Amino acid sequence: MPPRATTPDLPHTQADAGLKGAPDRPPAGTVTQADIDREIAGLHAAHPESGVHPLRDFPPYRSSRLRHPRRALVAVRDPDAAELTGPVFGVTDVTPLDADLTRRHLHEPLGERITVQGRVTDRDGRPVRRQLVEIWQANAAGRYRHQGDDHSAPLDPGFTGAGRCLTDDEGRYAFTTIRPGAYPWRNHVNAWRPAHIHFSLFGTAFTQRLVTQMYFPGDPLLAHDPVLHAVTDERARQRLVAAYEHDLSVPEWSLGYRWDIVLDGPAATWTEEGR
Amino acid sequence: MTPTPAQTIGPFYGYALPFTGGGDIAGGGIVVHGHVYDGAGVPVSDALLEFWQADAAGGLGGAPGSMRRDPVTGAVAGRDPASFTGFGRVATDADGHWTLRTVVPGNGYISVCLFARGLLHHLYTRIYLGRDSFLDSLPPERSRTLTPVAEGRDIYRFDIHLQGEKETAFLDFG
Repeated sequence: MPPRATTPDLPHTQADAGLKGAPDRPPAGTVTQADIDREIAGLHAAHPESGVHPLRDFPPYRSSRLRHPRRALVAVRDPDAAELTGPVFGVTDVTPLDADLTRRHLHEPLGERITVQGRVTDRDGRPVRRQLVEIWQANAAGRYRHQGDDHSAPLDPGFTGAGRCLTDDEGRYAFTTIRPGAYPWRNHVNAWRPAHIHFSLFGTAFTQRLVTQMYFPGDPLLAHDPVLHAVTDERARQRLVAAYEHDLSVPEWSLGYRWDIVLDGPAATWTEEGR
Repeated sequence: MTPTPAQTIGPFYGYALPFTGGGDIAGGGIVVHGHVYDGAGVPVSDALLEFWQADAAGGLGGAPGSMRRDPVTGAVAGRDPASFTGFGRVATDADGHWTLRTVVPGNGYISVCLFARGLLHHLYTRIYLGRDSFLDSLPPERSRTLTPVAEGRDIYRFDIHLQGEKETAFLDFG
């Protein structure tokens, strides 16, 4: 029996299926991975062309059930909408060290050192220049530095798991970090999230806001993850998986991944002038 | 080009996204606060709200510096009061509650982008402190969800309901 998690029972808002599990707290119910896989297959068959984004109502991801609107979104087609502009960030909002998650503490983190880099563009292919990119992730053992994470994997005193940078004039970003571990959660019995890095991105317009997750190629858990599979289109899911590029690996130092990001949503035409 | 799909923000963004003073866009104006509720009426304790708004004169240019850093320690140094960034970011507390301090935007509404564990793709809504043709085009039971309740001098309450009878009107910009 693994050691008991020190976290007491979480409040009801956190004790539902969305949080990670300590092994001594079995998930409620008896839903198996095979049950979830069947639910996913059924929804994929029912929604073959549901667009690039995940369905907000995706019952295999149990936490989505009470957290999606049932009414249709209201269309706003106003050329003066404030959302066609958006927040700007600059060199005062980041420090150069923020892009290297391995150099934030007295000790270096344990794990496989990696670099993740890519280009952020809008859906017309224009680079998103000098905008904020933020990331967060679990440590190499699959544990987040967060009091709500009671997975019985060790914290790493050398790793917080948060980073940020500004894109350059070509829309490029780059981070140095360690490969995060997979971890269990309580969506169903024996549920595991594939290794992933959370990304947060801004465009020139608030409508282009994106929060998403980057996955790693070849991860066997990708086939079973209801969060990833809420994106019902196979090609769209593939766009969430980074590419390993050997030329981006640094000899005797780090493994290189590339992940390009395309922001959805309209922007005001004046932003073409150079923001 | 085909966009990159969204994914849920999950529950563990705490060390990365919220920042000290994130809900203090500007002083001397109004306080807007409220809860986020799920479809069972339970407060959502791990939502993240972002706000984008015009300045008091209606200007939408914003400014850098919302999360200005101390270059020595890397810690958040706070906004420059002389600069109106127009951007705010607040995580709900254990009670599902959030608070924003700002000024009334010249165009009459504050734009809101909502993220939460369990929400696979973020949602937009608006806090209307004035009126416009879009608000007026909505049926009353929907426009009501975009209109905060005045609780006192310069204090407004704006609850967000993700689902259910009181469901907030969420917006699509195409």
